[in-house]
Amino acid sequence: MLTELRMQKINKTFASVRANIDVDFDLKKGETHVLIGENGAGKTTLMNILYGLYQPDSGTISIDGNEIKITCPADSIKHGIGMVHQHFMLVENFSVAENVVLGNEPRKGRKLDRKKARQIVRDLCARYQFNLDPDMLISELSVGKQQKVEILKLLYRDADILILDEPTAVLTPTEIEELANIIHTLNSEGKSVILITHKLREVLTMSSRLTVLRNGIVTGQMNTTDATVTKLVNMMVGKNLALDVNIPYHEPSEKVLEVLDLSVRDSQGHYVVNNFNLCLRKGEIVGIAGVDGNGQSELLEALIGVRKIDSGRIIASSADISSATTLERISQGISCIAEDRHKRGVILEMPLVENTLLGNYFRPPFAKGIRIDYKATRKVTEDMVGRYDVRTPSIDTNIMWLSGGNQQKYVVAREISKPHCILLAAQPTRGVDIGAKQFIHEQLVKERGEDKGVLLVSTELDEILALSDRIVVMYKGGVSGEVTRCDANEQLIGRLMIGQHEEG
Amino acid sequence: MSKEAKRMLMIGAPPIVSIIVAFLISALFVLWSKDMRLGEYFAALLKLVTIVFSESFSTKLKFMEVLVYATPLLFCGLAHIICFRCGLFNIGVEGQFILGMTSAGIIGQFTGIPAILQVILIMMTGVLAGGIWALIPASLKALKGINEVVICIMTNFLAMHFSNYVALRSNIADVNATATFMIQANAQLPRFNDSSRLNISTIVVIILAIFVYFFLFSTKRGYQIRAVGLNSFAAQAGGIKVNVNIVLALVISGAIAGLGGALHVAGVQHRLISVAGFPGYGMDAIAISLLSNRNPVACIFVAILFGALRNSSRMFQIEGIPKDTVYIIQAIIIFFVAADLISKYLKQRSRTK
Repeated sequence: MLTELRMQKINKTFASVRANIDVDFDLKKGETHVLIGENGAGKTTLMNILYGLYQPDSGTISIDGNEIKITCPADSIKHGIGMVHQHFMLVENFSVAENVVLGNEPRKGRKLDRKKARQIVRDLCARYQFNLDPDMLISELSVGKQQKVEILKLLYRDADILILDEPTAVLTPTEIEELANIIHTLNSEGKSVILITHKLREVLTMSSRLTVLRNGIVTGQMNTTDATVTKLVNMMVGKNLALDVNIPYHEPSEKVLEVLDLSVRDSQGHYVVNNFNLCLRKGEIVGIAGVDGNGQSELLEALIGVRKIDSGRIIASSADISSATTLERISQGISCIAEDRHKRGVILEMPLVENTLLGNYFRPPFAKGIRIDYKATRKVTEDMVGRYDVRTPSIDTNIMWLSGGNQQKYVVAREISKPHCILLAAQPTRGVDIGAKQFIHEQLVKERGEDKGVLLVSTELDEILALSDRIVVMYKGGVSGEVTRCDANEQLIGRLMIGQHEEG
Repeated sequence: MSKEAKRMLMIGAPPIVSIIVAFLISALFVLWSKDMRLGEYFAALLKLVTIVFSESFSTKLKFMEVLVYATPLLFCGLAHIICFRCGLFNIGVEGQFILGMTSAGIIGQFTGIPAILQVILIMMTGVLAGGIWALIPASLKALKGINEVVICIMTNFLAMHFSNYVALRSNIADVNATATFMIQANAQLPRFNDSSRLNISTIVVIILAIFVYFFLFSTKRGYQIRAVGLNSFAAQAGGIKVNVNIVLALVISGAIAGLGGALHVAGVQHRLISVAGFPGYGMDAIAISLLSNRNPVACIFVAILFGALRNSSRMFQIEGIPKDTVYIIQAIIIFFVAADLISKYLKQRSRTK
């Protein structure tokens, strides 16, 4: 039985990046230890080493003083280490019970013993106070409940150490609270939890100890009771950063984007955006809050013209663009920071120069007759990289070799550099570090100051609350409420996000 | 080593290594077929290399013959490159090439057309035949989302049987041969000398390779095609019409293959000859385009190598080595190229995960 896990002098290098440099980490029985750091600081690398997905270049892992070798996830499970990945690994059309026992099923003869599986899940739920029906299909569960199933899977395999990678990224405020309770229960049952996160507030409420990583180096380790937000930020980025964005007063002017009774269906024919209305004026930031999967993605796809709309109208700068092509919309002045940058934002296998051509290739100075003017494109790219501080070996480097934060900074730079009057910013800071986040927030505020209309779609409430002049809350494809900056608070938005309307 | 040189080495090394290893392994088959002892391995290897080299590069005339083989391979290789760059697999190059040959066999029969005009006419119909033939899978893919590979394989058979009909049963079929009548002298491409079949189509295809390179890497359309090939979602969000580019890539690819077929008849065969099975230029060219890392200029040299191998197969037989050794060499090269591509793909996938 574990009382102490120790990782000592862990080193790991990828190509030219040193992801972990002499990292020491330890975990005691029954504690929650947070690994915090910017993106690319090496948190996930360290945990992937512990989970057996990567091999360290040097360094040792030991449990209770006995050195152990972990060469694959099966080894780590044997030692009682389990991991819940950021993206869940569940079989959608299996029930909760089937998912939990998958890979280690109770059998009756040659068949799965469903009754026993159900009983196992019920027992586990009772013991850890989970509120789950073992017969529900995964596809019917909310993201928060799916996460619980993932945790159950680990508990069923008797994991003593649970690694949770960015567990709160997809949760509503209430679900985050529930998770905090679950972690507390786990601790009191003697289980240890490692949380990987870059959200400061969670660190302070959920953990007993924390380790800060920066550029692969441990920059601090302390008890949570000794930590403050400023201390943490200093250790994470090495410089003092104000967390709040300074938003000067700015009077919005005329309408620049209007969405009227918009309905959109997904590929299965279900309505995912339902009679949605929105108005965006020049010089304001409108935030669209909502739990992931309430139609935000489809709304954006409809706005940039890559998804057909079912009914309703979209009007940009008093022109009806409901049936316009993507190209026409870009020319109309719609810029978009894509929600999933690897899917729609960049072409990973192309160098930065050629990524600059996305959404630009058809117009001067990039196009010269039928040719692409690479000289001009290079100049624009150099300029963007310099001005927005995108860290890259060169502009001929394929963008896949850049860190997430730098990729995102590049996308922001490109979209802002386009001639535009509307900026759609979807999850603009998803998976980026504090430095880049701060920078991107500043850019959005600057856009607002330059009289652009900014539509900020984000599942991060902090971000929405900090930046938006008005907040539209999306729930099940429609608007569950609209709040102005001065009326907004976390509880109110949180209630609207789960579909409860204002009371009184 | 400079960064640029390192990069070139990373791209260039795998194909070159795979060619060398292919020869090393094939030498074992030479040992086997000639009942030589293992100790004579190096003798066998030397023999193999000598045959290919002396049969292909030792005299000017022999090298010209290599180019005759390389030319249609290069046409087809370029056709594949365009589609690979767009994320498509045009396995129909074979059929488009055959239809190009057929069209030239027909147009070449017409009398009384001035020389240059008839050659230009043949080139144009070749382009049209291949392009229109590729439009079938292209439009089905764009409109209905039907996989292009399946349609292409089916259209290949249609093309082959149609071609055989023209060569054997139509009114231009020569009953004394399993082919059409010879095409008019005005329809034949000028040759460099009387002792070789090498003709100006080789110059056409080299210019075309450079042109395709320019098209892919410095025009707007080339950019769009490559963008769709690498990430159609991002391309779409960037205002690029995915379906338009899919259709264009397939049609341009088909047109190049068709042109290749037409010039093969006008320059080398001088008549449409019936075939028992696919001539295989389009199929061999798959490996050629992949071995060239889908680079049109590199493709010129790979096509010459494969042309040399095809050219040497006769000499293998004379030397008592099965001519299939040539295919063994090709197959091993393909194995290595495929393995290289798969490992790159897996590496990339684990990175983006």
